[in-house]
Amino acid sequence: MSASNGYGATLAEKVLARASGVERLVPGQIVEGQVDLAMMHEQGAQTVGPFHQMGAQKVWDPDRVVIAIDHWVPASTEGAAVLHRILRKFAAETGLPHFYDVGRHGICHQILAENGWVVPGDLAVGTDSHTNMLGAMGALATGIGPTEMAAVLALGRLWLKVPTTIQVRARGALGKGVTAKDLVLKVLGEVRTTGAQYRAVEYTGPTIQGLSMPERFTICNMTTEMGAKAGMVAPDQTTFDYLRGIAKHPMHPLTPDPDARYERTIDVDVDGMPPMVACPYSPDNVRPLPEVAREHVKVDQVFLGSCTNARIEDLREGAAILKGEKVAKGVRFIVSPASTAIYEQCLHEGLIETFTEAGAVFTNSSCSACFGGNMGILAPEEVCASSSNRNFPGRMGAKEARIYLMSPAAVAATAIRGEITDPREFL
Amino acid sequence: MQDVIEGRVWTLGRDIDTDQIISGKYLTIIDPDELKKHVFEIALPEFAREARPGDIILAGENFGSGSSREHAPQAMRAIGVGAVVADSFARIFFRNAINLGIPTIEAAGVRALFEQGDRARIEMRAGRVTNLRSGRSVEFPPLPHHLLDLLEAGGLVEKVRRELAARSAGSGAAP
Ligand code: SF4
Repeated sequence: MSASNGYGATLAEKVLARASGVERLVPGQIVEGQVDLAMMHEQGAQTVGPFHQMGAQKVWDPDRVVIAIDHWVPASTEGAAVLHRILRKFAAETGLPHFYDVGRHGICHQILAENGWVVPGDLAVGTDSHTNMLGAMGALATGIGPTEMAAVLALGRLWLKVPTTIQVRARGALGKGVTAKDLVLKVLGEVRTTGAQYRAVEYTGPTIQGLSMPERFTICNMTTEMGAKAGMVAPDQTTFDYLRGIAKHPMHPLTPDPDARYERTIDVDVDGMPPMVACPYSPDNVRPLPEVAREHVKVDQVFLGSCTNARIEDLREGAAILKGEKVAKGVRFIVSPASTAIYEQCLHEGLIETFTEAGAVFTNSSCSACFGGNMGILAPEEVCASSSNRNFPGRMGAKEARIYLMSPAAVAATAIRGEITDPREFL
Repeated sequence: MQDVIEGRVWTLGRDIDTDQIISGKYLTIIDPDELKKHVFEIALPEFAREARPGDIILAGENFGSGSSREHAPQAMRAIGVGAVVADSFARIFFRNAINLGIPTIEAAGVRALFEQGDRARIEMRAGRVTNLRSGRSVEFPPLPHHLLDLLEAGGLVEKVRRELAARSAGSGAAP
């Protein structure tokens, strides 16, 4: 409860206080935090050089380091093959056992989530900006660069400035065909890409409490697009149920004080909210999807994938709309599950058949078309509807290509019609 | 790190994200000398060819947003960029650049004072950026001590190297 300074602590303040062994923190303070989990993907290859230059001999705690290659899996270029080899060699030399190599692979954040690598109260860092996704566990999870990761591997800690916190309070019920993705797009349209710079965003309210873990992952994932250091949801029974049997280390569930001090509170009422879409060329260029659909925006490619929205629930949602339909002529529909485990689930549930029969291409798990460096790359002037999280110029290939971000249901509907379509027409 | 940094300015707009600094297709490049050929390919195509060591990058709000790719500041370091100054930075870029030993200055309002090709003077400890052509200047909160120390050491690698060396000297035995 309230400390001597007269008001309570936010979730981010509490997690950082725990990580740094300080009883009470205030925003702006700089602390040294003990890291509970460190994650690397291919960018981790750039960690190896600095790690050796630092004169480090061993990793602080090999059981708290996860390597998950995902951007180019299996290696699609010689350069990627070299990155993978550097990581395999480093893992072997320093005795890092938790390497999710080709065959057990998946998008790094999904690997952390589905294997219980991040638990309530953790301070987690990863060499990827969407590490924020794991904040859905009631942890402070944030992205760092590879040189900083080298220091974390050597010392097990890093400096952090205690962020101020923006509270997002959501109430109301999401309508049929309206998803957590639409909710976070709505918030993003309000906060904008710079609105949460250096800050934590704490999602609260009855709507958030009613969301499943996968839905909370989607929301915390796109908090990155607000410029935030962390997106967080306080742990509750949903969190504990998800982690039962898979948590890799002990939990320290923390919740914000009722009188915590927020920099700002944003109230969102989702009752009656339509599906949303982020238009080119920024994830905060958000409009109601039905409005954009009326402009008959034709698409060349549709992507159902990425760490934002390629979990089994997302793929089921897409498949339910696609079942018995066909992908529009001239449209390429790429479906890429977020992990190999999800791939197997799709196989058992018959979803792969649903997608391929409709004319989609179902790929192995990877970041796939999300970042314009692996597959599904866009040519100039092409238009793509995507369930991913970024639509900056050049994100998925040519800088002139136009990307529209939306929910899995909306991309499936769009693939069928060949133009941006309200998924509710198929429900 | 010098306390006073001067150099020719390259101006950029706001929201220059890492995709515009180093495109996703170059992310498998590790060699900084190779990377630097592609820096700002989208936002400022002539930069890679014409930039000289000591040049200063000066941008609007939210510089370096997007992914965590360290390739972006690495390419700038390979070119020998003297400092990066912006109205505001995305947080991972800011950390990465400081960790690599690049003076990285957040000075709200700075972008409006400069045009392409102007010369800038940055006073790190006093916290001031001046346009040497117009004489106009803007103040900024100087970096906190531990970050100045980090720049002083030449970046995070050197700082940790010293710490680890001191630790093993202290314990009397190599780990
Ligand atoms: S799926 Fe996209 S956003 Fe997620 S980690 Fe991969 S490249 Fe990054």
